[in-house]
Amino acid sequence: MTITPSIKREYLSKLASQGKRADNRKFGDYRPIKIEIGYIPKAEGSARVKIGNTQVVAGVKMDLGDPYPDTPDSGVMTTAAEMIPMASPDFESGPPREDAIELARVVDRGIRESEIIEVEKLCIVPGEKIWMIFIDIHIIDYDGNLFDAASLASLAALMTANVPIQRIKPMLEKLQERYPEIGNYLKEHPDNYTLPLREPPISCTSAKFGNVIVMDPSLDEEEIAEARLTVATDEKGDIRAMQKGLNGSFTVDEIKKVIKASIDNGKKIREELYKIVGK
Amino acid sequence: MKNDNIKLFRDGKRVDGRATDDLRPIKIEAGVLHRADGSCYLEWGGNKIMVAVYGPREAIPRHTQNHLRAIVNARYNMAAFSVEDRKRPGPDRRSREISKVISEALEKILLLEKFPRASIDVNIEVLNAEAGTRCAGLTAAGVALADAGIPMKDIPVACAAGKIEGQLVLDLGKEEDNYGDADLPVAISPRTGEILLLQMDGHLTFDEFEKALDMAIKGCNKVSELQKAAIIQKYKVELEVE
Repeated sequence: MTITPSIKREYLSKLASQGKRADNRKFGDYRPIKIEIGYIPKAEGSARVKIGNTQVVAGVKMDLGDPYPDTPDSGVMTTAAEMIPMASPDFESGPPREDAIELARVVDRGIRESEIIEVEKLCIVPGEKIWMIFIDIHIIDYDGNLFDAASLASLAALMTANVPIQRIKPMLEKLQERYPEIGNYLKEHPDNYTLPLREPPISCTSAKFGNVIVMDPSLDEEEIAEARLTVATDEKGDIRAMQKGLNGSFTVDEIKKVIKASIDNGKKIREELYKIVGK
Repeated sequence: MKNDNIKLFRDGKRVDGRATDDLRPIKIEAGVLHRADGSCYLEWGGNKIMVAVYGPREAIPRHTQNHLRAIVNARYNMAAFSVEDRKRPGPDRRSREISKVISEALEKILLLEKFPRASIDVNIEVLNAEAGTRCAGLTAAGVALADAGIPMKDIPVACAAGKIEGQLVLDLGKEEDNYGDADLPVAISPRTGEILLLQMDGHLTFDEFEKALDMAIKGCNKVSELQKAAIIQKYKVELEVE
């Protein structure tokens, strides 16, 4: 460990023992969240999300593709995250490092396992042609808690996405000679339409250092954190995805407490999200 | 790419209603990122560009260090969602080339000998692309370098001129870039008029080139004023005089 984190640890732990955090938040509080939609005109759906100083842009692109053999009638979704050197002096260019891959996979899981995307409605020709959805996450400014910022930006991008019939039409019409079923699809969907979605799950991340657990860790708190837990919960308060990170541990009671807090915060964030994207 | 079905002029106006020597709308904001040493957000027509500058800091890996001066690492990158058909993330041949010519343009203007063994990293992210991203990127990089307080002789600025349907125009838009006859991106040091970057594709006569270059330089000078205004906006201090 370098010298700086050990100084930070001492300082933040001392504050924590007095029930305080460096930016005057309560342990269970989030930093201000700002969601901006339609940020990228070239994308089918997009959003810029700020949690405090952390800033993330997510874009959804859609394209025609071939289905996987085991799900011939379903669309396909892929999530990728880039920790570009812009976001932090410590990020380097090159192929995604393990943190970027973990980030993309945790966001992916939150979206996939909650079945927010109605993939069965994204089939054009069963067994032959389906929609592929790409969620790309660009980290612009890194000041802690990328998990929540990235998943919230992805959700807002998905919830504002339109299936690009207009753009793909020439290609579909060409394919129609081989697959006459496309005619029906085009009749049903003559123009761009809203991406079919179910309720969104909201991810909440907590970090543990010393004997305290804080929600929405800032960068300093993340740097000294021993353990991290991300919990995605749905509208009913059910758990839809989890990820524990770092080499520290939680007790069972702590885990339960974190889940409860994640459900409460998830509710508030979901309301914010609905306010911006509409329900 | 020529296409006779597409008309790039209507009643003497360009497809987006501009006159031949009009720029697209430009918005520049300095110092928008928290972590970066200097940053700039720029909108130029439909382009949305974010630039972060880090440095001068120790150049790594070490073998890239120059013991007499700093090195400049400009990295031009397009977001996967920035274009019509999704782009695969990561550098490709086009972005590497653009990164190289931008790095070289910036090297000329920065006082690199003040920082031996250091690197100055300029990250240019294209979030939404619509013709002229390299000029927009370099222009934003100029502002971000100034915001980072890195000593330089001038704030570099870029702008393109081109030819569509036989007429010379400033700052090509999307259709003009796709179906026009020539594109001439230029970066200059506005104080001295020195040319820092010059590329061309298409077809121009020598006379046309002279006029197009003149047009591009005039465009650069207009954009330069916007750069300075953005930096003043960020750093002006209002004094209360009693």
